Amino acid sequence: MARKKRSGGEVSAGSMADIAFLLLIFFLVTTTIASDKGLAISLPPKPDPNDPPPEIKFNERNIFKVLVNSQDRMLVEGEPMDDASQLKEMVQKFVMNNGRDPESSDNPKDAVVSFKTDRGTSYERYIEILDELQGAYYDMYAKRMELSVKQIREINDQEPSVQDKYKELKKEVPMNISIAEPSKVGGGS
Amino acid sequence: MSKFKKKSTTGQDIPTSALPDIIFMLLFFFMVTTVLRETDILVEQNLPRAEQLRKMQKKSLVSYIYIGKPKDTDKYGSEPRIQTNDVLVTTDNIIQFVEAERSKLSEAERSQITMAMKVDDEAKMGIVSDVQQELREANALKVLYNTPPETGAVE
Repeated sequence: MARKKRSGGEVSAGSMADIAFLLLIFFLVTTTIASDKGLAISLPPKPDPNDPPPEIKFNERNIFKVLVNSQDRMLVEGEPMDDASQLKEMVQKFVMNNGRDPESSDNPKDAVVSFKTDRGTSYERYIEILDELQGAYYDMYAKRMELSVKQIREINDQEPSVQDKYKELKKEVPMNISIAEPSKVGGGS
Repeated sequence: MSKFKKKSTTGQDIPTSALPDIIFMLLFFFMVTTVLRETDILVEQNLPRAEQLRKMQKKSLVSYIYIGKPKDTDKYGSEPRIQTNDVLVTTDNIIQFVEAERSKLSEAERSQITMAMKVDDEAKMGIVSDVQQELREANALKVLYNTPPETGAVE
Protein backbone atom coordinates (compact mmCIF):
# COMPACT_ATOMS: atom_id res chain seq x y z
CA MET A 1 0.00 0.00 0.00
CA ALA A 2 1.83 2.97 -1.26
CA ARG A 3 -0.66 5.32 0.15
CA LYS A 4 0.64 8.80 0.48
CA LYS A 5 1.08 9.86 3.99
CA ARG A 6 -1.05 12.84 4.82
CA SER A 7 0.76 16.02 5.40
CA GLY A 8 0.50 17.59 8.84
CA GLY A 9 -2.90 18.93 9.79
CA GLU A 10 -1.91 22.53 9.86
CA VAL A 11 -4.16 25.28 8.60
CA SER A 12 -2.30 28.11 7.09
CA ALA A 13 -3.03 31.17 9.16
CA GLY A 14 -1.31 33.62 6.89
CA SER A 15 -4.54 34.91 5.38
CA MET A 16 -6.22 35.21 8.73
CA ALA A 17 -5.28 38.86 8.97
CA ASP A 18 -6.77 39.53 5.54
CA ILE A 19 -10.06 37.92 6.45
CA ALA A 20 -10.20 39.84 9.69
CA PHE A 21 -9.41 43.05 7.82
CA LEU A 22 -12.27 42.43 5.45
CA LEU A 23 -14.70 41.92 8.30
CA LEU A 24 -13.29 44.93 10.09
CA ILE A 25 -13.86 47.15 7.08
CA PHE A 26 -17.41 45.87 6.74
CA PHE A 27 -18.25 46.77 10.31
CA LEU A 28 -16.44 50.08 10.08
CA VAL A 29 -18.63 51.05 7.17
CA THR A 30 -21.92 49.86 8.63
CA THR A 31 -21.36 51.28 12.08
CA THR A 32 -23.46 54.25 13.03
CA ILE A 33 -22.56 55.19 16.53
CA ALA A 34 -25.87 55.83 18.20
CA SER A 35 -26.48 59.52 18.64
CA ASP A 36 -29.47 60.22 20.77
CA LYS A 37 -28.70 63.80 21.39
CA GLY A 38 -30.88 66.76 20.92
CA LEU A 39 -32.88 69.57 22.40
CA ALA A 40 -35.24 68.33 25.06
CA ILE A 41 -38.53 70.05 25.73
CA SER A 42 -41.66 68.99 27.49
CA LEU A 43 -45.03 69.78 26.03
CA PRO A 44 -47.76 71.28 28.18
CA PRO A 45 -50.36 68.72 29.24
CA LYS A 46 -53.62 68.55 27.41
CA PRO A 47 -56.11 71.02 28.87
CA ASP A 48 -58.83 69.37 30.85
CA PRO A 49 -62.22 70.30 29.37
CA ASN A 50 -63.78 70.32 32.84
CA ASP A 51 -61.37 72.90 34.14
CA PRO A 52 -62.04 76.53 33.40
CA PRO A 53 -59.32 78.20 31.35
CA PRO A 54 -56.54 79.28 33.69
CA GLU A 55 -56.58 82.84 34.84
CA ILE A 56 -54.02 84.99 33.19
CA LYS A 57 -51.99 86.23 36.07
CA PHE A 58 -48.88 87.22 34.18
CA ASN A 59 -47.86 90.76 34.17
CA GLU A 60 -46.87 92.11 30.80
CA ARG A 61 -43.40 92.96 32.07
CA ASN A 62 -42.70 89.35 33.01
CA ILE A 63 -43.01 88.05 29.50
CA PHE A 64 -40.15 88.12 27.05
CA LYS A 65 -41.72 87.76 23.66
CA VAL A 66 -40.00 86.19 20.71
CA LEU A 67 -42.03 86.01 17.52
CA VAL A 68 -40.93 84.49 14.24
CA ASN A 69 -42.94 84.91 11.08
CA SER A 70 -43.21 82.75 8.00
CA GLN A 71 -40.28 84.54 6.37
CA ASP A 72 -38.11 83.50 9.32
CA ARG A 73 -37.87 87.11 10.46
CA MET A 74 -37.75 87.60 14.18
CA LEU A 75 -39.46 90.11 16.44
CA VAL A 76 -38.03 90.35 19.96
CA GLU A 77 -40.00 92.41 22.47
CA GLY A 78 -41.61 94.29 19.62
CA GLU A 79 -38.36 95.13 17.90
CA PRO A 80 -37.28 93.45 14.69
CA MET A 81 -34.02 91.57 15.11
CA ASP A 82 -32.43 89.11 12.77
CA ASP A 83 -29.34 87.98 14.60
CA ALA A 84 -30.33 85.18 16.96
CA SER A 85 -26.95 85.18 18.69
CA GLN A 86 -27.86 88.32 20.65
CA LEU A 87 -30.84 86.56 22.19
CA LYS A 88 -28.82 84.77 24.83
CA GLU A 89 -27.62 87.95 26.45
CA MET A 90 -31.03 89.62 26.24
CA VAL A 91 -32.75 86.66 27.90
CA GLN A 92 -30.21 86.57 30.71
CA LYS A 93 -30.58 90.28 31.32
CA PHE A 94 -34.35 89.92 31.32
CA VAL A 95 -34.46 86.98 33.72
CA MET A 96 -31.93 88.39 36.15
CA ASN A 97 -33.53 91.82 36.22
CA ASN A 98 -35.09 91.35 39.68
CA GLY A 99 -37.33 94.37 39.28
CA ARG A 100 -34.62 96.94 38.59
CA ASP A 101 -35.80 97.93 35.14
CA PRO A 102 -39.57 98.56 35.21
CA GLU A 103 -39.85 97.27 31.65
CA SER A 104 -38.22 93.95 32.49
CA SER A 105 -39.06 91.02 34.78
CA ASP A 106 -39.94 91.22 38.50
CA ASN A 107 -37.96 88.18 39.52
CA PRO A 108 -36.53 85.05 37.87
CA LYS A 109 -39.37 82.89 39.18
CA ASP A 110 -42.05 84.78 37.30
CA ALA A 111 -40.06 85.49 34.17
CA VAL A 112 -41.39 83.67 31.14
CA VAL A 113 -39.86 83.50 27.71
CA SER A 114 -42.63 83.18 25.18
CA PHE A 115 -41.60 81.80 21.82
CA LYS A 116 -44.13 81.85 19.07
CA THR A 117 -43.67 80.79 15.49
CA ASP A 118 -45.78 80.76 12.40
CA ARG A 119 -46.84 77.61 10.60
CA GLY A 120 -44.61 78.71 7.76
CA THR A 121 -41.51 79.20 9.89
CA SER A 122 -38.75 76.81 8.91
CA TYR A 123 -37.77 74.15 11.40
CA GLU A 124 -34.14 75.17 11.01
CA ARG A 125 -34.87 78.67 12.29
CA TYR A 126 -37.00 77.27 15.10
CA ILE A 127 -34.16 75.05 16.32
CA GLU A 128 -31.65 77.87 16.02
CA ILE A 129 -33.71 80.13 18.26
CA LEU A 130 -34.76 77.43 20.70
CA ASP A 131 -31.08 76.52 21.02
CA GLU A 132 -30.23 80.10 21.97
CA LEU A 133 -33.07 80.35 24.48
CA GLN A 134 -32.18 77.11 26.21
CA GLY A 135 -28.52 78.06 26.07
CA ALA A 136 -29.27 81.28 27.92
CA TYR A 137 -30.73 79.33 30.83
CA TYR A 138 -28.01 76.68 30.87
CA ASP A 139 -25.43 79.46 30.93
CA MET A 140 -27.08 80.99 33.95
CA TYR A 141 -27.26 77.67 35.74
CA ALA A 142 -23.64 76.95 34.94
CA LYS A 143 -22.55 80.28 36.33
CA ARG A 144 -24.52 79.78 39.54
CA MET A 145 -23.39 76.20 40.05
CA GLU A 146 -19.81 76.88 39.06
CA LEU A 147 -19.87 74.02 36.62
CA SER A 148 -19.34 73.97 32.89
CA VAL A 149 -22.37 74.25 30.63
CA LYS A 150 -21.74 70.72 29.47
CA GLN A 151 -21.86 69.41 33.03
CA ILE A 152 -25.17 71.17 33.55
CA ARG A 153 -26.69 69.59 30.47
CA GLU A 154 -25.53 66.19 31.62
CA ILE A 155 -26.49 66.79 35.21
CA ASN A 156 -27.53 63.19 35.69
CA ASP A 157 -23.88 62.15 35.54
CA GLN A 158 -23.12 64.30 38.58
CA GLU A 159 -23.10 63.49 42.28
CA PRO A 160 -26.54 63.35 43.96
CA SER A 161 -25.67 66.32 46.18
CA VAL A 162 -24.90 68.39 43.08
CA GLN A 163 -28.15 67.25 41.50
CA ASP A 164 -30.12 68.33 44.54
CA LYS A 165 -28.48 71.71 44.43
CA TYR A 166 -29.42 71.97 40.78
CA LYS A 167 -33.03 71.13 41.57
CA GLU A 168 -33.10 73.88 44.18
CA LEU A 169 -31.69 76.32 41.68
CA LYS A 170 -34.28 75.29 39.12
CA LYS A 171 -37.02 76.12 41.60
CA GLU A 172 -35.54 79.54 42.04
CA VAL A 173 -34.83 80.17 38.37
CA PRO A 174 -37.18 77.87 36.46
CA MET A 175 -36.63 77.39 32.76
CA ASN A 176 -39.88 78.93 31.63
CA ILE A 177 -39.75 78.69 27.89
CA SER A 178 -43.27 78.67 26.63
CA ILE A 179 -43.64 77.48 23.08
CA ALA A 180 -46.91 78.78 21.78
CA GLU A 181 -48.97 77.07 19.15
CA PRO A 182 -48.02 78.56 15.79
CA SER A 183 -50.23 81.13 14.19
CA LYS A 184 -51.77 80.33 10.85
CA VAL A 185 -51.04 83.57 9.07
CA GLY A 186 -48.22 82.58 6.79
CA GLY A 187 -49.78 79.27 5.82
CA GLY A 188 -48.00 76.47 4.03
CA SER A 189 -47.32 73.59 6.37
CA MET B 1 34.57 52.04 12.58
CA SER B 2 33.78 48.55 13.71
CA LYS B 3 31.56 50.00 16.35
CA PHE B 4 29.19 51.40 13.77
CA LYS B 5 29.22 48.38 11.53
CA LYS B 6 27.91 46.16 14.27
CA LYS B 7 24.60 47.94 14.46
CA SER B 8 23.57 47.32 10.89
CA THR B 9 23.53 43.59 11.46
CA THR B 10 20.31 43.73 13.50
CA GLY B 11 17.25 42.48 11.69
CA GLN B 12 14.98 44.95 9.96
CA ASP B 13 11.78 42.90 10.27
CA ILE B 14 8.88 44.01 12.37
CA PRO B 15 7.22 41.02 13.94
CA THR B 16 3.78 40.70 12.40
CA SER B 17 2.62 37.58 14.14
CA ALA B 18 0.43 39.60 16.52
CA LEU B 19 -1.24 41.49 13.69
CA PRO B 20 -4.26 39.19 13.35
CA ASP B 21 -4.88 39.50 17.07
CA ILE B 22 -4.87 43.26 16.91
CA ILE B 23 -7.19 43.27 13.93
CA PHE B 24 -9.52 40.84 15.65
CA MET B 25 -9.64 43.09 18.67
CA LEU B 26 -10.66 46.04 16.52
CA LEU B 27 -13.14 43.82 14.73
CA PHE B 28 -14.81 42.80 17.95
CA PHE B 29 -14.99 46.41 19.07
CA PHE B 30 -16.85 47.43 15.94
CA MET B 31 -19.03 44.33 15.98
CA VAL B 32 -20.18 45.15 19.48
CA THR B 33 -20.80 48.85 18.85
CA THR B 34 -22.58 48.35 15.54
CA VAL B 35 -26.29 48.89 15.53
CA LEU B 36 -27.72 47.77 12.26
CA ARG B 37 -30.36 50.21 11.19
CA GLU B 38 -33.79 48.69 11.68
CA THR B 39 -35.91 51.14 9.78
CA ASP B 40 -35.68 52.35 6.24
CA ILE B 41 -36.05 56.06 6.28
CA LEU B 42 -38.38 57.20 3.55
CA VAL B 43 -38.04 60.92 4.10
CA GLU B 44 -35.14 63.28 3.71
CA GLN B 45 -33.18 63.87 6.86
CA ASN B 46 -30.91 66.86 6.96
CA LEU B 47 -31.11 67.61 10.63
CA PRO B 48 -30.35 71.15 11.72
CA ARG B 49 -27.46 71.52 14.10
CA ALA B 50 -27.61 72.88 17.62
CA GLU B 51 -25.36 73.41 20.59
CA GLN B 52 -27.34 72.87 23.76
CA LEU B 53 -27.66 69.13 23.40
CA ARG B 54 -28.74 66.72 26.04
CA LYS B 55 -28.21 63.01 26.00
CA MET B 56 -31.06 60.57 26.29
CA GLN B 57 -30.82 58.61 29.48
CA LYS B 58 -32.31 55.35 28.33
CA LYS B 59 -32.52 54.30 24.75
CA SER B 60 -35.41 51.92 25.29
CA LEU B 61 -37.70 54.80 26.20
CA VAL B 62 -37.21 56.57 22.92
CA SER B 63 -39.49 56.27 19.92
CA TYR B 64 -38.70 58.01 16.70
CA ILE B 65 -40.85 60.16 14.48
CA TYR B 66 -39.31 61.27 11.20
CA ILE B 67 -40.55 64.29 9.31
CA GLY B 68 -39.34 65.53 5.96
CA LYS B 69 -39.82 65.61 2.24
CA PRO B 70 -40.33 62.06 0.90
CA LYS B 71 -37.34 60.69 -0.96
CA ASP B 72 -39.64 59.08 -3.50
CA THR B 73 -41.34 62.25 -4.67
CA ASP B 74 -43.10 60.53 -7.60
CA LYS B 75 -44.98 58.29 -5.26
CA TYR B 76 -45.60 60.42 -2.21
CA GLY B 77 -45.43 64.00 -3.47
CA SER B 78 -43.04 66.69 -2.38
CA GLU B 79 -44.84 67.96 0.71
CA PRO B 80 -43.18 66.98 4.01
CA ARG B 81 -44.59 63.80 5.47
CA ILE B 82 -44.44 61.99 8.78
CA GLN B 83 -42.86 58.58 9.14
CA THR B 84 -43.18 56.21 12.04
CA ASN B 85 -41.56 52.79 11.94
CA ASP B 86 -41.45 51.90 8.26
CA VAL B 87 -44.45 53.73 6.91
CA LEU B 88 -45.57 57.22 6.09
CA VAL B 89 -48.53 58.22 8.19
CA THR B 90 -50.85 61.14 8.69
CA THR B 91 -51.29 63.03 11.92
CA ASP B 92 -54.33 60.91 12.80
CA ASN B 93 -52.13 57.86 13.25
CA ILE B 94 -49.79 59.46 15.76
CA ILE B 95 -51.86 58.63 18.83
CA GLN B 96 -52.10 55.04 17.75
CA PHE B 97 -48.35 54.91 17.23
CA VAL B 98 -47.66 56.38 20.66
CA GLU B 99 -49.97 53.85 22.29
CA ALA B 100 -48.30 50.99 20.45
CA GLU B 101 -44.86 52.20 21.52
CA ARG B 102 -46.04 52.71 25.05
CA SER B 103 -47.41 49.21 25.34
CA LYS B 104 -43.92 47.87 24.57
CA LEU B 105 -42.60 49.42 27.77
CA SER B 106 -43.04 48.11 31.26
CA GLU B 107 -45.75 49.54 33.48
CA ALA B 108 -43.40 51.72 35.48
CA GLU B 109 -41.73 53.25 32.48
CA ARG B 110 -44.80 54.20 30.51
CA SER B 111 -44.99 57.75 31.70
CA GLN B 112 -41.32 58.21 30.82
CA ILE B 113 -41.76 57.64 27.12
CA THR B 114 -39.84 60.13 25.03
CA MET B 115 -40.62 60.94 21.45
CA ALA B 116 -37.53 61.80 19.45
CA MET B 117 -38.36 63.93 16.46
CA LYS B 118 -36.00 63.85 13.55
CA VAL B 119 -37.11 66.69 11.38
CA ASP B 120 -35.58 67.80 8.11
CA ASP B 121 -34.45 71.41 8.20
CA GLU B 122 -36.63 72.30 5.22
CA ALA B 123 -39.83 71.26 6.97
CA LYS B 124 -42.10 73.96 8.24
CA MET B 125 -43.33 74.42 11.77
CA GLY B 126 -46.92 73.69 10.75
CA ILE B 127 -46.44 69.97 10.43
CA VAL B 128 -44.19 69.83 13.50
CA SER B 129 -46.79 71.53 15.64
CA ASP B 130 -49.55 69.30 14.27
CA VAL B 131 -47.56 66.31 15.47
CA GLN B 132 -46.98 67.95 18.82
CA GLN B 133 -50.69 68.58 19.27
CA GLU B 134 -51.28 64.89 18.68
CA LEU B 135 -48.57 63.99 21.16
CA ARG B 136 -50.27 66.15 23.73
CA GLU B 137 -53.50 64.33 22.98
CA ALA B 138 -51.68 61.05 23.50
CA ASN B 139 -50.12 62.38 26.68
CA ALA B 140 -46.56 61.80 25.50
CA LEU B 141 -45.16 65.06 26.71
CA LYS B 142 -41.45 64.45 26.58
CA VAL B 143 -40.06 65.46 23.25
CA LEU B 144 -36.51 65.49 22.01
CA TYR B 145 -35.57 67.27 18.82
CA ASN B 146 -32.74 65.17 17.50
CA THR B 147 -29.93 67.39 16.32
CA PRO B 148 -26.32 66.57 15.65
CA PRO B 149 -23.78 68.77 17.43
CA GLU B 150 -22.57 71.93 15.76
CA THR B 151 -19.42 71.26 13.82
CA GLY B 152 -16.44 72.71 15.58
CA ALA B 153 -18.47 73.61 18.63
CA VAL B 154 -16.52 74.09 21.80
CA GLU B 155 -17.80 72.16 24.75
